[in-house]
Amino acid sequence: MIEIERLDDVARAPAPGPDVRVLAGGTLVMRALNYGGHGIGRILRLTDPALREIHSEGGGVRIGAAATMADVLAAPDLAALHPAAQVVGGPAIRNMATVGGNLFAPHPYGDFAMALLAANAQVHWADGRAEPIEAMLGARGRSAGIVAAVTVPRLQHSEFRFRKVSRTKPKGVSLMSIAAHLPRAGGRLGDVRIGFGAMGDRPLRATGAEQALSGRSLDPAAIDAACAACLDGLAPADDPLASEWYRRQVAPIHLRRLLEEVR
Amino acid sequence: MPKIPVRFTLNEAEVGLFVEPQSNLLEALRRGAGDLSPKYGCGQGTCGACTVLIDGEPHLSCLTLAEAAEGRRIETTAGLAQGSSLHALQTAFIEGFAAQCGYCTPGMLMAAKALLDRNPRPSREEVIDAISGNLCRCTGYEPIVDAILAATEGRAA
Repeated sequence: MIEIERLDDVARAPAPGPDVRVLAGGTLVMRALNYGGHGIGRILRLTDPALREIHSEGGGVRIGAAATMADVLAAPDLAALHPAAQVVGGPAIRNMATVGGNLFAPHPYGDFAMALLAANAQVHWADGRAEPIEAMLGARGRSAGIVAAVTVPRLQHSEFRFRKVSRTKPKGVSLMSIAAHLPRAGGRLGDVRIGFGAMGDRPLRATGAEQALSGRSLDPAAIDAACAACLDGLAPADDPLASEWYRRQVAPIHLRRLLEEVR
Repeated sequence: MPKIPVRFTLNEAEVGLFVEPQSNLLEALRRGAGDLSPKYGCGQGTCGACTVLIDGEPHLSCLTLAEAAEGRRIETTAGLAQGSSLHALQTAFIEGFAAQCGYCTPGMLMAAKALLDRNPRPSREEVIDAISGNLCRCTGYEPIVDAILAATEGRAA
């Protein structure tokens, strides 16, 4: 194990990749090690307390990559994201699983990263780079680096909705998940962002539904149009949890329920 | 690879061990410290059988790097009883028939202890959430929830 006590020292560490994995909460890396390691040679463990901080920054909130789901739930500024953090595992997992780790969690995990996608988060790398979460997720697995933090705009709780679809409650893996940021002014929606989990190889935006809603009032016709277009360009997962056919059938229904909850 | 020294407090006793690199805390507790109360179930964060308290909060010991326990305060079911006096949760589990095979019980007890240490009067919903990361394949959960609530009231389930 290579322990990095200060984020400034990351430059001296080997680049993360298949054989060098970053250990944060352990829910992904330790799991892999328990099942034989899958080629993990070395693990990097970052212990800088700054990586766990959550604080206001500009017009938004900065969440350290090592902040846990329990830390998110304890942050009043992140109330809009609490429903997404609350459904990550049980209490023990929420004390361990980190925001940074969730960005790299494959389906059926990674629902919090999907919520961050709908929230239009920025990802800040330890080397100083920053990019929209959509770009980071798009290059996931192909680019090396260590995430230091994400920043999210200050979201109004009433304008952000999250829904996780699972077979068992209160804890069950996700068949799919949906998050929507629905800012409104003067009775009309602004720039809508909708994220879907389990609709591709990473959390993806439902751009068809976004276009159907943006600039309109959230009336039954707009909801109909959004639901009809919500899978445009998406490829639902086909796995032992649910078939592609099933996901295609129920995705518009769950989106409709989410949108009608906001009306 | 050489073993790594690690020291922590286990049920208020100082423990020093040499652990394998990349090994988990559960192995350190069971093989190194001889505390067999936390169980290995799934090894992937699904079952909760290995739940222990680290600095008072529930964690899954099978997903915790043993080296990361350095300097931490670990509590397990083996430390619940004080001499011959069982913890109120243990008594309530026995009297409420909240265990059948018993494999999940140590994890359930520690998840429940974490809740009651923080919130001595939880609602039924809060109890259900507290043990939501712990699977039981025998009881159907109701006797476990009843036992935890009984322990909060100082009565048997």
